[in-house]
Amino acid sequence: MYKYDKLDQQIVNERVAQYRDQTRRYLAGELSEEEFRPLRLQNGLYIQRHAPMFRIAVPYGMLSSKQLHKLADLANKYDKDYGHFSTRQNLQLNWPKLEDVPEMLAELATVEMHAIQTSGNCIRNITTDQFAGIAPDEVIDPRAMAEIMRQWSTFHPEFALLPRKFKIAVSGTKQDRAIVQAHDIGMEFYTDAAGKLAIKVWVGGGLGRTPILGSVIREHLEWQHALTYCEAIIRVYNLHGRRDNAYKARIKILVKALGIEEFKAQVEAEWAHLKDAPNTITEAELARVGKHFEAMPYENIAANDAGFDADTASNPAFAAWVKRCVHAHKQAGYRAITLSLKPHGKAPGDATSAQMHTVADLAAQYSFGELRVSHEQNLILADVKLSDLLAVWEKARAAGLATPNIGLLTDIICCPGGDFCSLANAKSIPIAEAIQMQFDNLDYLHDIGEIELNISGCMNACGHHHVGHIGILGVDKDSAEFYQVSIGGKQGNDASIGAVIGPSFAADEMPSVIQKLIDVYIKERTDEERFIDTVRRLGVAPFKAYVYAKEEAAV
Amino acid sequence: MSNLIQLIENTAQIVENTWLTVQLPASQVEARKQAGKVVLFKLTGEETVTETQIADTVIPATGKVIVPLSVFIARKDTLLPRIENGEIGVWLDTHELLADLVTIQPDLNALPIIAVHVERFADGRIFSLGTLLRTRYGFENELRATGDVLRDQLFFLKRSGFSSFLLRADRSAVEALASLNDFTAPYQGAVDEPRPVFSRYNRAS
Repeated sequence: MYKYDKLDQQIVNERVAQYRDQTRRYLAGELSEEEFRPLRLQNGLYIQRHAPMFRIAVPYGMLSSKQLHKLADLANKYDKDYGHFSTRQNLQLNWPKLEDVPEMLAELATVEMHAIQTSGNCIRNITTDQFAGIAPDEVIDPRAMAEIMRQWSTFHPEFALLPRKFKIAVSGTKQDRAIVQAHDIGMEFYTDAAGKLAIKVWVGGGLGRTPILGSVIREHLEWQHALTYCEAIIRVYNLHGRRDNAYKARIKILVKALGIEEFKAQVEAEWAHLKDAPNTITEAELARVGKHFEAMPYENIAANDAGFDADTASNPAFAAWVKRCVHAHKQAGYRAITLSLKPHGKAPGDATSAQMHTVADLAAQYSFGELRVSHEQNLILADVKLSDLLAVWEKARAAGLATPNIGLLTDIICCPGGDFCSLANAKSIPIAEAIQMQFDNLDYLHDIGEIELNISGCMNACGHHHVGHIGILGVDKDSAEFYQVSIGGKQGNDASIGAVIGPSFAADEMPSVIQKLIDVYIKERTDEERFIDTVRRLGVAPFKAYVYAKEEAAV
Repeated sequence: MSNLIQLIENTAQIVENTWLTVQLPASQVEARKQAGKVVLFKLTGEETVTETQIADTVIPATGKVIVPLSVFIARKDTLLPRIENGEIGVWLDTHELLADLVTIQPDLNALPIIAVHVERFADGRIFSLGTLLRTRYGFENELRATGDVLRDQLFFLKRSGFSSFLLRADRSAVEALASLNDFTAPYQGAVDEPRPVFSRYNRAS
């Protein structure tokens, strides 16, 4: 992964000093609440329901063992001994003191970490596929470009105060795992007909109150123009995006208002001036950064391992975990594994300090000292030998990190919700926990098969409910918490926005509502169909009819 | 003490303000918000300057003055002798269009000063406007940020091509000076240093 040189370190150190002084001025009354707000937000500090929430950047989801140990220590020292991994691959601490944040930043800087632009109306953490660099279907490892874009976007003076937050995702695989179509800018890397690295650029996607999938603004962009082309897009947005209404301020609203053709014409006109400007990426810079993402020093081992085969044959629990949590790898004899942060009945994405230390140790011992955070809120060890899988499983299981539910119904993507977040209309974690308990039977879960369930506590959609096969949205109805259910959303190349099935439900109805949706699927599915396929084939109607049948009968 | 910081030969100094800014009189008509109504380039719902406001604007007969863009457009002919004397600058709001300025005044460098007024701290359009004035339109004279200008914008304003900063009246320019140097070696190229960090340093080692 990327290692700081003295220039990177200097910027992070200077940021600590800058923010320390900003906090001092705020506490001394020299900065008003309103003036301090954008400053603290651009350093990841929200003022939440119970306490501030502090969001630490994990650039494109990559962490070293050393960094994760530090995060665990911070959670222990300044918080309640746990942290929450978010759908932007970052780590959130829910109980720090505002006064402690400068010191926390100073500690983070010692392990090449920061909280720069993890919130606020600026370019946020750039996200990508958690299997970047090791996925068999990968065309381009997007991490070097993601790092170049991270540096370019860090304190970009022209885009320091945009109309609204701005999210960029990059992907380099045939099967998109970074939801590039649901981002303000999505960059899909591919190899063009001439064999050169090129980018398909998407713009104007986003979830939130107005879910919209992005439009292609450019089918083919040569890689060296990635930064200047983004500058053209964001400049048009910065100048013309709405600033009078926060709900209409995202770039997707501007793109929709102008139409993609007009928006594209304005961007291209702007880019005509910016093309080949000094921010054009050089071969040398791509090579320099690319060196940090070269393949690990893999051992030359066989594609199969007799011990592993014997263990899977004799140990059903291990085999179940392998089936769900172990993923293909482009290097023979290696696998990627997902450590589930979704044990049944616990808040999805939460990890205790002890668990973080365990994962950091596992990464150090079995996976070259690195790990990744996925946008599905799990942790990934990307490079584990087949012969080590059993040992990793035993240690992960002892730490509660081996629930074999990855990609299944209980691998719920969930925002912190009304328990923590002051924006939320409703709680989301208790709903996730209740659903997990409703389906707390692994054989049944495996029978239901692959399905994605996403929960957001409000229309800001941090839980990405629009692209969940089942999406749950917390809504406020006469000051009571209700939940709206949608089905048929999907991430990936054939992304879609889910359709709402009908009136919302009370919290205690939710496990049975999900049960009914699953019952319809089980009854109607063909042999090879996943839940999403059945929904796409049949539409919402049969699901809606069954879910609401009883209520109507009672009327 | 003056609240004006100016970069002179790349060094920030607190200087006396020698320019008088001409304000528009308050509008008598109710502002028409355009929120919710989609009009190209006019999505932000700002008030538009009325004909009456322009007509009622009083420009002092002598001395160095910065006039509002709308007034400059309406009265450029009568201001011509003073423009040639170097007594006239122009200021615009962040929602006004640079194209309007360039149309009426193709040679921007005949103006000794252009000021951009930012109504609210969080309005980042000012950074794009500064960048465009310097890189697209070749403006080389004093470029001033006015309005809700606080020290934590200064670094970005400087990088976006601004050369003077009139801090909000209740803030100290002396304390703000330090913020111009918050970061020693920024990553990306911008107006003040067009080369990105990878072109300025050999980072290979």
